[in-house]
Amino acid sequence: MDAIMLQEKLVERLLCPRVRTARQKEKQYVGFATLPNQVHRKSVKKGFDFTLMVAGESGMGKSTLVNSLFLTDLYKDRKLLNAEGLILHHLRSPSCHHHLSAASPCDPPPSPSALLCRCCAERIHQTVEIIKHTVDIEEKGVKLKLTIVDTPGFGDAVNNNECWKPITDYIDQQFEQYFRDESGLNRKNIQDNRVHCCLYFIPPFGHGLRPVDVEFMKALHEKVNIIPLIAKADCLTPNEIKKLKDRIREEIDKFGIKVYQFPECDSDEDEEFKQLDKELKECTPFAVIGSNTVVEARGQRVRGRLYPWGIVEVENQSHCDFVKLRNMLIRSHMHDLKDVTCDVHYENYRAQCIQEMTSKLAQDNRVDSPVPILPLSTPDVETEKLIKMKDEELKRMQEMLNKMQQQMHDKDQ
Amino acid sequence: LAKMSGGGSTLLGYIGIDTIIEQMRKKTMKAGFDFNIMVVGNSGLGKSTLVNTLFKSQVSRRSAGWARDEKIPKTIEIKAVSHVLEEGGVKMKLTVVDTPGFGDQINNDNCWEPISKYINEQYEKFLKEEVNITRKKRIPDTRVHCCIYFITPTGHSLRSLDIEFMKRLSHSVNIIPVIAKSDTMTIEERLEFKQRVRKELEMGGIEVYPQKEFDEDMEDKSDNDKIREAMPFAVVGSDKEYQVNGKRVLGRKTAWGIVEVENPNHCEFAQLRDFLIRSHLQDLKEVTHNIHYETYRAKRLNENGGLHPITCNDTQESNL
Repeated sequence: MDAIMLQEKLVERLLCPRVRTARQKEKQYVGFATLPNQVHRKSVKKGFDFTLMVAGESGMGKSTLVNSLFLTDLYKDRKLLNAEGLILHHLRSPSCHHHLSAASPCDPPPSPSALLCRCCAERIHQTVEIIKHTVDIEEKGVKLKLTIVDTPGFGDAVNNNECWKPITDYIDQQFEQYFRDESGLNRKNIQDNRVHCCLYFIPPFGHGLRPVDVEFMKALHEKVNIIPLIAKADCLTPNEIKKLKDRIREEIDKFGIKVYQFPECDSDEDEEFKQLDKELKECTPFAVIGSNTVVEARGQRVRGRLYPWGIVEVENQSHCDFVKLRNMLIRSHMHDLKDVTCDVHYENYRAQCIQEMTSKLAQDNRVDSPVPILPLSTPDVETEKLIKMKDEELKRMQEMLNKMQQQMHDKDQ
Repeated sequence: LAKMSGGGSTLLGYIGIDTIIEQMRKKTMKAGFDFNIMVVGNSGLGKSTLVNTLFKSQVSRRSAGWARDEKIPKTIEIKAVSHVLEEGGVKMKLTVVDTPGFGDQINNDNCWEPISKYINEQYEKFLKEEVNITRKKRIPDTRVHCCIYFITPTGHSLRSLDIEFMKRLSHSVNIIPVIAKSDTMTIEERLEFKQRVRKELEMGGIEVYPQKEFDEDMEDKSDNDKIREAMPFAVVGSDKEYQVNGKRVLGRKTAWGIVEVENPNHCEFAQLRDFLIRSHLQDLKEVTHNIHYETYRAKRLNENGGLHPITCNDTQESNL
């Protein structure tokens, strides 16, 4: 059986409910075996959510890969992305008081290095932004609210010291928000914005992990599930890919980086399944290729990249590991990624948070009097006012952005 | 084909997000689940037999060494017995909480208090675990998910004790009233009795499960309305089998015929079972967790200045 068929079988295996036919006494049917269906029915009604972060330098094909994975065109409005960057600049630089002039749709998108503010012509410093895109996807009756957290600017500046800090701050903020919500009085509609998985794009051009790769992953491996990927793998031959993968795996071990581990197979799975699972694990880090275009290859229309010397097919398993990544990420491990985030990363954050709070109180010598830890106290009035002001400013900017988006849309019609 | 909204165009193909259901199912099956059911009612109403019949196993207190002629206890006791049942690959740890002595005394004032205390103690246990610094991955759930209240089949109306109990406890636990030993009533008598009981519950402002206020959408409401109109279910329990029309059925043999437990023309046991186990099992747990437990937690956090995670490690008796 070739690799593709084996892979399909693996997916099928993972999808079939395993029925244990152990010592079945001559018992009549009570009916609680329907419980998973009852749970299923509620989940289908409620829908699921999943937050995926992508990190890596510009030009690694992050957006293209996300589009390929979820069959979307999330980044269609790329122009406006830069406008949003401008908006964030205005919020930050106190000296620029001019109103943001709307970008004309005919203007070519400014290149990242030449980002100048239109009104004050001040160079916008390259910082790492955190931009969220949310998309509702429905398939076979199952609703998924997918949030992609993009990190443009990461590693793009000359001096990239601690360029991961905005990212770790963002992740911590989501944990903190969840912690507050969970400890509050009214827990009815908690929004879970915690990051369930971070795809980290390693450039294929080097000889392994670079210092920035190592530092980034070490800063994040205890906060989020990291899945390292070799980006733009179509510039490497199969041998080069193998060497690079081996090298990266070695270095991950050497530096003690804890990337996301696929859970062990059950001991009662059969040999074929275990073998498949082993092969999958040995294939990491996945070497991926993404594409926004559809090409004609072998008589079919597929996602791919057209070169003079041939056509690279994204979903062809002998060309790259895209299918393996997609199957792992979506079809077999999405739920586990969420579980590990909740049970491990979040719990670690929470435990740490509580320790800090209690040690701070011990310092303040207030440990004798009964101190209410839960529900958590709200920030003081001054901070509240400031937050409210900034919120309103952001809202105004967002409205302007929406108007521009609408203008673009109308223009296209 | 995937459908999308909110900033994207569709490119044909199958992503596979519906498989998350299977992923969840796999985990649920592996983990198994807990279900805790409490039975309340006078001695001799067939509580243990009914539970055994529901789960087709000897799961009630009686089977754990209780003799039929044991004296009625002087005070109410709370006895919890757990068994692990397995069906279709799904493991369930079923805990049956029995309350012998309820309503059996001459003076039954406040006989609901030990029951209320037990229920709140389980909430407290869960809360302490939840508030802990290092929490267990799956907090053991001993909270009562469902309380079956056995109504004596007098044929007249609810007794004061019935109303008192249900009034006081319907806000902290899911109560499902059933008419016990309903083979003492004819079908007409049964219908009249049920109507009267429903009216009295309504007049007393008692919301039994499934509570109207928790219906989430139209589909829920229509399903639950049908159930509410059929409640309380008139049941008969039995652990003996007889031959009827060539089949082995559970029943009670009398001189005038055999009462078949699972025959919908004879009694409503099958309806109760389907409702309790096959369709609303998960919902019972969710209402307990999302509503009753949250109510308890909110109350608890507002009093005594809140909860300190570290001190919850000590074995403190709850002061409820």
